[in-house]
Amino acid sequence: MKSAPQFFRHGPNLFVRLSFFVLLSLLLMIEDTRFKYFPEIRQTVALVAYPLQKLAQIPITIYDWANESFANFHLVEENYWLKQQHLKSQRQLLRLQALQAENKQLYKLLKAVQKTEGGAIMAEMIYASRDPFNHRAILNKGSQNDIHPGQVVMDDMGVIGQITQVYPWVSEITLITDKDHSVPVQAVRNGLRSVISGAGKNNKLELRYLSVNTDIKLNDLLVTSGIGGVYPSGLPVATVTYIERDPGKTFATIVSTPVAGVSRNRQVLILSLIPPISDHSLELIEINQ
Amino acid sequence: MLSNYPEQEILLPANSWLIFFSLIAALLLNFVPLEGILLLLRPDFVALTLLYWGIYQPHHIGLSIAFIMGLLMDVSNIGTLGQHALAYCVITYFALIFHRRLRIFNPFQQLPQIILFLFLMQSIILLTALLNDFNFPGWRFFLNCFTGMLAWPFICFSMKLFCKQKNDPNLL
Repeated sequence: MKSAPQFFRHGPNLFVRLSFFVLLSLLLMIEDTRFKYFPEIRQTVALVAYPLQKLAQIPITIYDWANESFANFHLVEENYWLKQQHLKSQRQLLRLQALQAENKQLYKLLKAVQKTEGGAIMAEMIYASRDPFNHRAILNKGSQNDIHPGQVVMDDMGVIGQITQVYPWVSEITLITDKDHSVPVQAVRNGLRSVISGAGKNNKLELRYLSVNTDIKLNDLLVTSGIGGVYPSGLPVATVTYIERDPGKTFATIVSTPVAGVSRNRQVLILSLIPPISDHSLELIEINQ
Repeated sequence: MLSNYPEQEILLPANSWLIFFSLIAALLLNFVPLEGILLLLRPDFVALTLLYWGIYQPHHIGLSIAFIMGLLMDVSNIGTLGQHALAYCVITYFALIFHRRLRIFNPFQQLPQIILFLFLMQSIILLTALLNDFNFPGWRFFLNCFTGMLAWPFICFSMKLFCKQKNDPNLL
């Protein structure tokens, strides 16, 4: 049978085509949320979208540039303030160096494994997610700058989040306020250990499974505990802002606010990965204790 | 009897390059990084462009283009892959089905139908997000349906400028 001429050819019925694409997008969604077998799909689409995003950035860049040229008027004041700040932190730094040396000595005496200190890379947050459902952002450094998934991101005040996807020139960071993103923390006041999770809304974090009579107070500072080996210990994460102890419930409702400017700061620091602790050195620690 | 029919301009069939560039321009407008209330108020230009071509040039646009646009939006939004793709495919489908009916009206009379399409799109996106266990973002999520409706006449007129016949056919 001869096929129909070009004009009459329409391919499959429109509804069939719709069903095909609906099925395809549903499969993609399930794949993306549950399994993540094919990260290449996202990588490829991101590569296509990259030049367009770069182009769309131009008005913001011009705006920033104009802002900066106006801000030059305040440079003298800012310089003065920064010098004072520098002097202050210099004093603390000197003390810190002495402490570090002392710490090293103590570690040697104990014959324990030393914590290694890693470097850090400066990066800029290009934009936050336009999706109201998740708390993620894009940074301007990617695999070309030797960024790897799992690296911790912080600003001058505390932890912001963790790198979750790396593209050639940009990388995606999941903020600590993202739903179900968890960080192992410790209260500074009494050393209480727990895991803090993002609430997914209102820029808040939750301490979920602490019993009603837990010793925790308002304005307690929570820092990373270093358990799990992803986050280095001692970085500020959040302060407790709301506690509800309802005896009818098994757990207390504890809400806290991030210390860092999770969605405000443009300049951030990407810490380098902590080398995983080998089983051998873990055994050593146990023997020493 | 004939005077009952609204007078319609006969537009030139769109060049596929024009469709391509209009979609790129819409993507660019969607990609401009905004924050806060501006972000909530920004109409979805890609959806409006897809609707426009679906209604006025139904033979030049297909569901595959809507799907690809949706994927690009999902990746740049850092959202779940396939969310916008699904929503765009469904509204393009409805635009293609109803294009004869919609073309009877002028752009201002089309506004109620357009807001229905946009509302359907946002509902699909919201539904898929809720199925994924995300929190409900509040009713402000639907604000961009209204701004999209307001932007519709402008999009229609600017697209028509490109598709106009060079010479007035009545002059002949």
